Amino acid sequence: MKKRKFGLVLSSVLAASAILGACGAKDEKPAKEKENENASSGESNKEKAFSVAMVTDVGGVDDKSFNQSAWEGVQAYGKEHNLEKGKGFDYLQSKSDADYDSNLNALVRRDFNLIYGIGFMMADAVEAVATDNPEKHFALVDAEVKADNVVSVLFKEQEGAFLAGVAAAKMSKSGKIGFVGGVDIPVINRFEAGFVEGAKAVNPKIEIKSKYTGAFDKADLGKITANSMYSSGVDVIFHAAGATGNGVFSEAKERKKKDPNANVWVIGVDADQYEEGKIDDKTNVTLTSMLKGVNTAVIDISNKAKKGEFPGGKTLTYGLAEDGVKLADSRGAIPADVQTVIDEYKEKIAKGEIKVPEKVKK
Amino acid sequence: MSNRVINILVPIISIIIGLIVGAIVMVVSGYDPVQGYSALWTGIFGDSYSIGNTIRQITPYILAGLAVAFAFRTGLFNIGVEGQLILGWLAAAWVGYAFELPKIIHLPLALLAAAAAGALWAFIAGFLKAKFKVHEVIATIMLNYTALYIANAVIKKLSDGSFKTERIHDSASLRSPFLRELTDNSSLHYGIIVALLMVVVMWFILEKTTRGYELKAVGFNKHAADYAGMNVNKNIILAMTISGMFAGLGGAMEALGTFGNASIKAGFTGIGFDGIAVALLGANTPLGVVFGASLFGSLKYGALNMPNAAGIPEEIVSIIIALIIFFVASGYIIRVALQKLSKKKEGQ
Repeated sequence: MKKRKFGLVLSSVLAASAILGACGAKDEKPAKEKENENASSGESNKEKAFSVAMVTDVGGVDDKSFNQSAWEGVQAYGKEHNLEKGKGFDYLQSKSDADYDSNLNALVRRDFNLIYGIGFMMADAVEAVATDNPEKHFALVDAEVKADNVVSVLFKEQEGAFLAGVAAAKMSKSGKIGFVGGVDIPVINRFEAGFVEGAKAVNPKIEIKSKYTGAFDKADLGKITANSMYSSGVDVIFHAAGATGNGVFSEAKERKKKDPNANVWVIGVDADQYEEGKIDDKTNVTLTSMLKGVNTAVIDISNKAKKGEFPGGKTLTYGLAEDGVKLADSRGAIPADVQTVIDEYKEKIAKGEIKVPEKVKK
Repeated sequence: MSNRVINILVPIISIIIGLIVGAIVMVVSGYDPVQGYSALWTGIFGDSYSIGNTIRQITPYILAGLAVAFAFRTGLFNIGVEGQLILGWLAAAWVGYAFELPKIIHLPLALLAAAAAGALWAFIAGFLKAKFKVHEVIATIMLNYTALYIANAVIKKLSDGSFKTERIHDSASLRSPFLRELTDNSSLHYGIIVALLMVVVMWFILEKTTRGYELKAVGFNKHAADYAGMNVNKNIILAMTISGMFAGLGGAMEALGTFGNASIKAGFTGIGFDGIAVALLGANTPLGVVFGASLFGSLKYGALNMPNAAGIPEEIVSIIIALIIFFVASGYIIRVALQKLSKKKEGQ
């Protein structure tokens, strides 16, 4: 009796696994067929659609920062070419460093034509997977890998941050401005360097407080840091701290709500953070945002690759001249006379008359 | 029903219930559970690549689980596995790139360094507990943070301001071209052998040595052990140190196998904390830990394939995986239910 029951359990477990296994096998085929159908019907020419996909770093696809911007770029590319999500374009999120490799490989296996790794932390993983799959194309944002099938995308954050520094120094009444950074890494150092340089260009006496919170995902830390800065007389803060920067916005908004006449400003980063600083229809603490055009770069490279002009092995650098970094529309927060100064500097940097350093001079 | 049948039935039923509840979550949120679970299944066992990576994921879990389980058997709650693991990771990576030695010396040396680093960190907590009655839970939690930030600072220093150390030399690597070829370029490495060896070591210490008997005795009843003439304090320190050794080796798996370097972390890896659950699932026995780690590692790795193949969002996947583990962990409820059921039948 006992033995029979045990046997029954065993066989039912085996049956269940067999069913699951069979499902796995069955599901794969239709997916591939559908992909082919999509390729032939979605595109007017009969070639297979050029598909792109990306792997986020630990920030996730809704980080209001460069992962999100990259995904917007991928989506825009997909829309432009009538591709379907999941087949023509897709993303995978990484929960930890260990996932980069697996996620990139998962996309390779699904046969995407071009695969993006977003974030400087993915450099090692992209290099390893690219070496294993020399026939595939990869693109890496924010870091450099030397391989024939990888294109590296870098931004001159310091150039955009320079303009943010000019704006901050011009708008500050107290002569004190602040910089809140995330983790102390080269990318964020470029933001700081540009900001300091820009502010000093228009006001050599300006006092700049810099603080690295050590994290991109701790809004509470951002709030505390902003609080101590504003309390010490700083009136404009530029953040380059991802979600930590959301705390800077909430601190600024609280201060502005208490005293509507207070001169409190935040300069956003990566994406247009106008919505983050909104108190009501008239008041907003967002002065402007330094945009990092990950989306435009992604669309640009995807289209090039589609045409067969994939710039493999090269490092593309997007600065002010290439429209890769810029300031967002201030929606009236920056007066016209300040805007003219900003535009003058913009032109000088784009022409190469001013070289902005990548590290803060000490 | 005999105990044996119940012992086999309990985990199976709890996994099935977990899967059913997970399926309900998927249906409610508008996804196809069959597709979701087949994605999970192929994510774990689909091909040689997935199997290789699943085993790679299981490896550190085994060692973290052993670390927690070993301390538990001596009546200690080692929450510091995370910190011990991070320091082991750093030590292994450093030895891996700073020295140039033949493989036969280099690899064992790197492993030893990791074990020593983990052991040292756990020793502090054990020493404080034995000498000053500082509760090991508080001490190890705090030591986790110090370990994390010390490691970050050291990595920064070692790499001249960068965020990761140099790559380890091949002579210290656990990876092998053979395993890569076998598993279609997965990141499987020989660490699993080290982990399984440690399973045997833990079993041997606990079951076959006088010292192990003493350690267990202290775990069962400290005062009785003391009365029987055993040195309780010495055993507490020893148990923590050995536990830390396992944890440090867990870090070495990441340094010498999976990553090949140590990089600055914004937060904990989570492996050490999951090790607590692994140990509890495995009832703190060496073999049980292997099963617990296999379940954790497979689900964790297989789950990556659910957004990939079935389009289920990350967040829902996390809920489903947590539910499955939850039901497995609450196996006791099912055990009680089964026993009642069988008693009723006997009554009839």
